[in-house]
Amino acid sequence: MALQPASTEIAAQAASIIDGMKDLEGPLLPILHGIQEEFGFVPQEVLPVIASKLNLSRAEVYGVVSFYHDYRKHPTGRHVLKLCQAESCQSMGSDAVAARLKQALGIDFHQTTTDGAVTLEPVYCLGLCACSPAALLDGEVIGRIDAEKVDEIIAEVRS
Amino acid sequence: MKPRIYIPGDSGALALGAEKVAKAIAAELAERGIEAKIVRNGSRGAYFLEPMVEVETESGRVAYGPVKSSDVKSLIDSGLLTGGSHRLSLGDPEAIPFIARQTRLTFARCGIIDPLSLEAYEHHGGLAGLRKAVAMTPADVVAQVTESGLRGRGGAGFPTGIKWKTVLDTNADRKYIVCNADEGDSGTFADRMIMEGDPFVLIEGMTIAGIATGATKGFIYIRSEYPHAVAVMRKAVEIARKAGVLGIHVLGSPNTFDMEVRVGAGAYVCGEETALLDSLEGKRGMVRAKPPLPAHKGLFGKPTVINNVISLASVPIIMDKGAAHYKDFGMGRSRGTIPLQIAGNIRYGGLFETAFGLTLGEIIDDIGGGSATGRPVKAVQVGGPLGAYFPRDLFDTPFDYEAFAAKDGLIGHAGIVVFDDSADMLKMARFAMEFCAVESCGKCTPCRIGSTRGVETLDRLSAGIEPQKQVALITDLCNTMKFGSLCALGGFTPYPVMSALTHFPEDFKPAPVAEAAE
Ligand SMILES: Cc1cc2nc3c(=O)[nH]c(=O)nc-3n(C[C@H](O)[C@H](O)[C@H](O)COP(=O)(O)O)c2cc1C
Ligand code: SF4
Repeated sequence: MALQPASTEIAAQAASIIDGMKDLEGPLLPILHGIQEEFGFVPQEVLPVIASKLNLSRAEVYGVVSFYHDYRKHPTGRHVLKLCQAESCQSMGSDAVAARLKQALGIDFHQTTTDGAVTLEPVYCLGLCACSPAALLDGEVIGRIDAEKVDEIIAEVRS
Repeated sequence: MKPRIYIPGDSGALALGAEKVAKAIAAELAERGIEAKIVRNGSRGAYFLEPMVEVETESGRVAYGPVKSSDVKSLIDSGLLTGGSHRLSLGDPEAIPFIARQTRLTFARCGIIDPLSLEAYEHHGGLAGLRKAVAMTPADVVAQVTESGLRGRGGAGFPTGIKWKTVLDTNADRKYIVCNADEGDSGTFADRMIMEGDPFVLIEGMTIAGIATGATKGFIYIRSEYPHAVAVMRKAVEIARKAGVLGIHVLGSPNTFDMEVRVGAGAYVCGEETALLDSLEGKRGMVRAKPPLPAHKGLFGKPTVINNVISLASVPIIMDKGAAHYKDFGMGRSRGTIPLQIAGNIRYGGLFETAFGLTLGEIIDDIGGGSATGRPVKAVQVGGPLGAYFPRDLFDTPFDYEAFAAKDGLIGHAGIVVFDDSADMLKMARFAMEFCAVESCGKCTPCRIGSTRGVETLDRLSAGIEPQKQVALITDLCNTMKFGSLCALGGFTPYPVMSALTHFPEDFKPAPVAEAAE
């Protein structure tokens, strides 16, 4: 994770992302994705910048950001581990996998370990349902998670 | 010619270690100084055999699987490049029973070709449908799709041709084709597989839809949980544009069509078509009241076709082989093929494209081989989180829109999630209510508030507090949700809840009360 830049710097970086996309049809989601990709979350400071550039009210922008599960208000840990908790994975013991990981990492869903190593999030389906239980670790897919793979995941996020 | 080795780059195969296998094979070949071309294909969908490696030999393809990186040395020692025999040999991939028993129309190329080779795509029959379409009148294209009997594969089963006709008949300066690739249902991955394994078929289908309705711009709205599909689709759109498949003159014709890939942001309700349109417009994904239909006033208020990935990807073969060819498969009013996605606690899980009409029992027991754990199958949820749980007693139900509706179920996007006898159906019912509460767009009270009340009621039931009263309450609540909700999120959540309660009443009785089952 990059060091946190100052507010003005954030606003400037955000402005260039917005300028690159504001001519798209329906630009708000692509812009928010761009912002989150850049900063790892959607910093509060960018909302007024987006609002003024897209001619929206700040409340409208906030309303959109808060509606979608993907947009984060806070920075994440160095790793982001998304564990599928949907029906297919439940049928193959995803509850137990989640419990084991939460215990090993000492955090619950939507939390980050105190050393900043990993953020744990639930996800509802990764389309890997013939390989349940499944997870996404920093964009890398993992299927048929068993005790051995849980240990590998823990080792990886701790490294 | 250099020998070719196919190693899937499909995310299901990657989740099972395909990347490590690809690296190990490349390294081993380099070390031995053997020249070969590694092609990263999609998956054929037999996930119990993934990562499945195939080699092109003089006598056709030979498959091996499931391959681990530690198997690579011995595979090459056994003559992998010439199809030599090995403990992991599967022989001709097309002869593997799980694959041989399928009817692959929509998925004809998926898992076979390099997904990003337009040349391979054409060589395997791609673009033939679009070539025919550009030479036809829009009305004739629409008529052919209508005649094929194709119904929307996103869940509602609405006839695709009729939807297209409405857009064709609506005058406007601009029209859109929107592809719904939000695939949020647990147990489904057909859209993902096509986008990763044969993206040009979706591009071709959308382009045909554009020509048929007079739309010039398309959007593919892909869920953010599918980063691999997003990457492949984006590359494919670029390749298609460069090749003149997309652009001002589609395949050199006077038709104009282009498209963009957009990414969702983790809201299940954005799979609902009108919420998806709002999301594309950059708003909260709120469900719109109908009318107006999206076909009249859709994206940015313009006439819009919104179709599921599989609906659109099935169009090229209908245009190429004719409506009758497609329509000849299937039963009743469910025509053509359906890519079943057999998932969850299942021995032979994967994608199985077949004509409508197999019974649930054939699918689970014969094709799927029963549960992965080897325990008895207790329940099967068909159609995603809004679909009903079926007990073994209903395994004679044929896979058909109407037959499932007659049993108070739905086929949805054809995801089938299997549970063994360790499943707690009260817990699954609670999950359905909780999911609805989390994902509700908030417009209707029964959905927004009712689902939370549902969770509380089921919690009281599991705690053994006045169980009969809770059962009456949940039944009543489900009725209110069913009839008082604008869309199927609130309206269909009662399906999993009530089916669990109806078919598995023993799970809804707190432990100490030993009453006879109904
Ligand atoms: C809550 C909810 C979620 C939905 N999710 C999807 C989805 O992920 N993919 C999809 O194609 N259709 C989904 N649908 C169905 C769409 O509203 C719509 O019927 C479909 O996109 C129409 O395309 P089709 O006619 O090709 O099936 C969903 C519906 C509801 C109510
Ligand atoms: S049923 Fe639920 S998700 Fe659907 S429109 Fe109403 S509140 Fe929104």
